[in-house]
Amino acid sequence: MPIRFRDPQIEMAHGAGGKASRRLVEGLFAPLFFGGAPGPLGDAAHVDINGTRVAITTDSFVVKPPSFPGGSIGELAVNGTVNDLAVSGAKAEALVVTFVLEAGLPTAVLEAEVRAMAKAAREAGVRIAGGDTKVVEHDKADQMYITTTGIGRLLHGVTIDPRSVRIGDKILLSGPIGDHGITILLARGELDFEADLRSDTRSVLPLVETLIRTAGPGIRWMRDPTRGGAATALNELARDCGLGMVLFEEQIPVRNTVRGACELLGLDPLHIANEGQFLAVVSPEYADAAINALSLAPGGSEARMIGEVREQPADTVLVTALYGGSRIVDMLVGDPLPRIC
Amino acid sequence: MCLAIPGQIVEISSGNSDSALVDVVGVRRTIDLGLLQDDRPSPGDWVLIHVGFAMSKISEQDAAEQMSTLRMLGEIDGAMQEVQGYGLDDVDETKPRLSPKAGSA
Amino acid sequence: MRFVDEFREPELISKTAEEIRRLADTNCSYRMMEVCGGHTHAIYRFGLKDILPENIELIHGPGCPVCVLPMGRIDDGLAIAQQPDVIFAAFGDMMRVPGTHGSPLEHKARGMDVRIVYSPSDALKLARLNPDRHVMFFAIGFETTAPSTALTMIRARAEGIRNFSVFCNHVTIIPAIRAILDSPDMRLHAFIGPGHVSTVIGCRPYEWIALNERKPIVVSGFEPLDMLQSVVMLLRQLKAGEAKVENQYKRVVPWEGNRAALKAMGEVFQLRPYFEWRGLGFISQSALRVNDKYAAWDAEQRFAVPGIRVTDPKAAQCGEVLKGVLKPHQCKLFGRECTPEHPIGALMVSSEGSCAAYHNYEHRKAAMVSLAPIA
Repeated sequence: MPIRFRDPQIEMAHGAGGKASRRLVEGLFAPLFFGGAPGPLGDAAHVDINGTRVAITTDSFVVKPPSFPGGSIGELAVNGTVNDLAVSGAKAEALVVTFVLEAGLPTAVLEAEVRAMAKAAREAGVRIAGGDTKVVEHDKADQMYITTTGIGRLLHGVTIDPRSVRIGDKILLSGPIGDHGITILLARGELDFEADLRSDTRSVLPLVETLIRTAGPGIRWMRDPTRGGAATALNELARDCGLGMVLFEEQIPVRNTVRGACELLGLDPLHIANEGQFLAVVSPEYADAAINALSLAPGGSEARMIGEVREQPADTVLVTALYGGSRIVDMLVGDPLPRIC
Repeated sequence: MCLAIPGQIVEISSGNSDSALVDVVGVRRTIDLGLLQDDRPSPGDWVLIHVGFAMSKISEQDAAEQMSTLRMLGEIDGAMQEVQGYGLDDVDETKPRLSPKAGSA
Repeated sequence: MRFVDEFREPELISKTAEEIRRLADTNCSYRMMEVCGGHTHAIYRFGLKDILPENIELIHGPGCPVCVLPMGRIDDGLAIAQQPDVIFAAFGDMMRVPGTHGSPLEHKARGMDVRIVYSPSDALKLARLNPDRHVMFFAIGFETTAPSTALTMIRARAEGIRNFSVFCNHVTIIPAIRAILDSPDMRLHAFIGPGHVSTVIGCRPYEWIALNERKPIVVSGFEPLDMLQSVVMLLRQLKAGEAKVENQYKRVVPWEGNRAALKAMGEVFQLRPYFEWRGLGFISQSALRVNDKYAAWDAEQRFAVPGIRVTDPKAAQCGEVLKGVLKPHQCKLFGRECTPEHPIGALMVSSEGSCAAYHNYEHRKAAMVSLAPIA
């Protein structure tokens, strides 16, 4: 497989989880790491070790600012990796963690993040088994970067494969979108907006387990829509399965405050990052049971069926409104930028 | 060409009457009222916000009138058609009917 | 959201669309230009084409300030920012617009101090916070945005803030409409007038369109019901053989405009004799420059700018699309060389450019066999 990545330099967009990220992964990493076609790239890899299949994943956290309403970088570092494993159909068993710290970082700040990680790990039922620390010169990093690598046990009764998605399947969303991304955008303070909004960071494992218990055999695909938002995750699915994802605008849960911020800044909530939600595609006969079970579970009351899989428009996400209008929603290009036009 | 959003004035800044806190469904920001010098808004008023400036006061009365016009849309014509159904056709034929030139691609 | 949600009410939208179908003569075709890029964006975002009858064709106009800005101006702005201690501040809209050597974001990746601001007043705030640096605000926009830039400069002067300047690219909408109407291959029946520009200039400046050109124009809001109601009003005028200026957006647009805003513009700006528009060429008296009173806050007067004209690639047919002669996808480069990620032509660079809007929201819909109604 040839290297197709032709961008002359790395831009912020290559890390934003949208089109540029995908181009980098598929055009440079996949050809050199996997040789041939890697197949659809999921949130975690499942590998065989002496006949036992385990799930493994890794994620780095470089969030700015490091702490924000509803969470902080340490909490994200644990939940993000637990969630990547969960939506691949695995329960995180152990994490190893790498800290890259900027010289001059107050110990109190580090301690607060370590405490946040320990608490998040306890809540998610995962052990932090080891780690590494590097320190870089002052001004060569923004306070701290955290990388967590997680290993997980596969949950029984579920197989995640975008290629198993069929026409007529239903698309479920665990709760309101955009809380995290808008919270971070406002917490940076550059826009001078204020809102009573909190990041949605949490472990989605309990809800995923609920879904598997009630609809396990019907689950085709899951994904936590972090950077790039729900639109990017669903676009990747559409391309991987060659079908159309048709969403019902009025069914997509978005908090008023997030909507307000998006209207003000010209952003689409479907492009905004989340840290505590997941999307699932389930076969139609399981859809009602799945939504009922999620709605009754703690933290799942705002789960909705937001759309369905159709033959057309192939490879595409289409949002339809009750009055008959529709629009294509593409992957995010670069970071979401506020606009005035 | 210009994204502008309705927001409600929460309070006028003390000490600077050209500056006010506005609320857009829970999102708040201080905006500049300097372009509304001729018709100053008060707390509770709705203004149209563009790039951090209030561009115009929003008229609740005009908005309500627009909604009622929209609700009546078609109803008058629908009633007319019903009347016509009874053979009481009195359509004004004196006005010239404009047929826009058929546009070719 | 107050004043937003009620104008998106599905039932009323369907009813208004029905009224449009009733009014539109099936033997006629109607070509209406929405002047404003915000309307273009709304048309695609709300999928209004899906609910309008096929014989109503919406032609996307020149009202996208990012789209019509020639590449040479971006190069000039970035050239100023190359100088030591200069901070380049601009709206997010400008960040991905390519200059000859890359966009502002690409320059940022190479180390330039590029800041995204939501408001010109935020750029001035940056200048207050960085007294040892110079903040250059790259100003774009039509008459909606120009007053905010003007008032910010008035405040800078009043406060004596010297480390702040504006690189002025403000343009005016009326000369662009005139240029469109003067174009020989232009066939239009009516105009959807720009709502937010009209909060400033009012409705009178459009009277010549009705009187001299005999075209109806309705100043319109941006919600689905606003735009559909404007189409109803235009169809009624056409049916009655009338051509007048009407104001659909009364809740926001005063007929006389905003005098304080016009006064602020008059205080700071003067008309340029001519200005280049991407896709339309040079248009006389179509843009604003900073006047001599405010020379100390004018980046063009404070810094040496290269001022080199950069011509667009010949293959890009932006002018034809801008004038409504071609549909976005009929351009030779559309979706191939020219995409929202790698825009070549002007109309692909901003999300309200008609090519980008078409590419983002509509493109693949055209390829659909059928779209079953949603239950």
